[in-house]
Amino acid sequence: MCLAIPGKIVEISSDNQDSALVDIVGVRRKIDLGLLQDDKPVPGDWVLIHVGFAMSKISEQDANDQMNTLRLLGEVEGAVQEVQGYGLEGVQ
Amino acid sequence: MRFVDEFREPELISKTAEEIRRLAGTERQYRMMEVCGGHTHAIYRFGLKDILPENIELIHGPGCPVCVLPMGRIDDGLAIAQQPEIIFAAFGDMMRVPGAQGSPLEHKARGMDVRIVYSPSDALKLARLNPEKHVMFFAIGFETTAPSTALTLMRAKAEGIRNFSVFCNHVTIIPAIRAILDSPDMRLDAFIGPGHVSTVIGCRPYEWVAANEHKPIVVSGFEPLDMLQSVVMLLNQLRRGEARVENQYKRVVPWEGNRAALRAMAEVFQLRPYFEWRGLGFISQSALRLRDTYAEWDAEQRFDVPGIRVTDPKAAQCGEVLKGVLKPHQCKLFGRECTPEHPIGALMVSSEGSCAAYFNYEHRKAALTSLRSIA
Repeated sequence: MCLAIPGKIVEISSDNQDSALVDIVGVRRKIDLGLLQDDKPVPGDWVLIHVGFAMSKISEQDANDQMNTLRLLGEVEGAVQEVQGYGLEGVQ
Repeated sequence: MRFVDEFREPELISKTAEEIRRLAGTERQYRMMEVCGGHTHAIYRFGLKDILPENIELIHGPGCPVCVLPMGRIDDGLAIAQQPEIIFAAFGDMMRVPGAQGSPLEHKARGMDVRIVYSPSDALKLARLNPEKHVMFFAIGFETTAPSTALTLMRAKAEGIRNFSVFCNHVTIIPAIRAILDSPDMRLDAFIGPGHVSTVIGCRPYEWVAANEHKPIVVSGFEPLDMLQSVVMLLNQLRRGEARVENQYKRVVPWEGNRAALRAMAEVFQLRPYFEWRGLGFISQSALRLRDTYAEWDAEQRFDVPGIRVTDPKAAQCGEVLKGVLKPHQCKLFGRECTPEHPIGALMVSSEGSCAAYFNYEHRKAALTSLRSIA
């Protein structure tokens, strides 16, 4: 639970500036940007995501390194299953 | 050094390991506590203990929120969710954690509406999707997770969603560190500070550890090189007799933390006068509750809470392991009565707990070695 996963901002919702679509190793989901309101990310930026909220902006290099760490920890599969939201993601 | 070639910059890792051996010398023992459960998991998984010299001992701290949650809190949450209109929502980590009457998953098997959610915002979404039901989110976590719960509650309030509440078990890391340092049988030289908690609280809150307790602390990333570099930074401080806060994880952790996250926490939460920690007992001002302005979304104010207390079996020596007085395998129950499949003590219940991490990696490794020696 304490390990965050990196994702790339794909688009910011037009109706809600605090909601963004991100790409996490090919999986797309909506995340909340409310905790980064002092330093808003834009599409193309990388963020570290924890329980569905972007926690900090990071560089692409750091995103790759973090992903590699998760891979070595054997956590990627579990993390991806988590971000898919156990069937909730995509339900409106 | 089992994975060393797969790590980023393997040569730098070897050089850093050499530097650690040089700095550590052989004259004295160094005892360093990694506070965060994510670090504990990584240390075992990466086999970092095999890289470090024998006179550097890593003590696994209290930073696994699932592990330190008293069993009675799980029973309280599940007791509330006995009401048929309630959906009990929690992170996947919580699902197998045993209460006195079974885990959330076992309650689900008995007919309770239990849902795994990835995010508190997904729990709120469940409430929107099920207007005839009440969704109670069983919130756990340190300052890494608490701001997300706070923001979710702010969204629920703003949208006027009233069939949603939070059963709050959020805890704060600094009082736990203080409790460990206050313990008379504690002998620690330094701390490896948590990475992702610090993205929220920053480095400043640790300054009292350095100043008042004269213990160096280095906030660290999770990669093998990060943790080894943090050990170098701690050794340098200890050899010079210094005690400062340093930030090894600058690429992610700003010194001042995340102000927006801290604002959200301040808006929604206040400190509880005290809270019970499994293995450590009651610690004052160590946990969060919802402010009265959020009473309507506070499961503890909305529903009757039985206030169940379950004491850990006397034979379980979780407190001693948490404080580094005992190694996990030195506990009388370790690997016999208490295993990851049947956890009795707090530190065996999650893969981030030090006993479970030790069991999963060290214990199996030892078993394999002895099998090989027989064969």
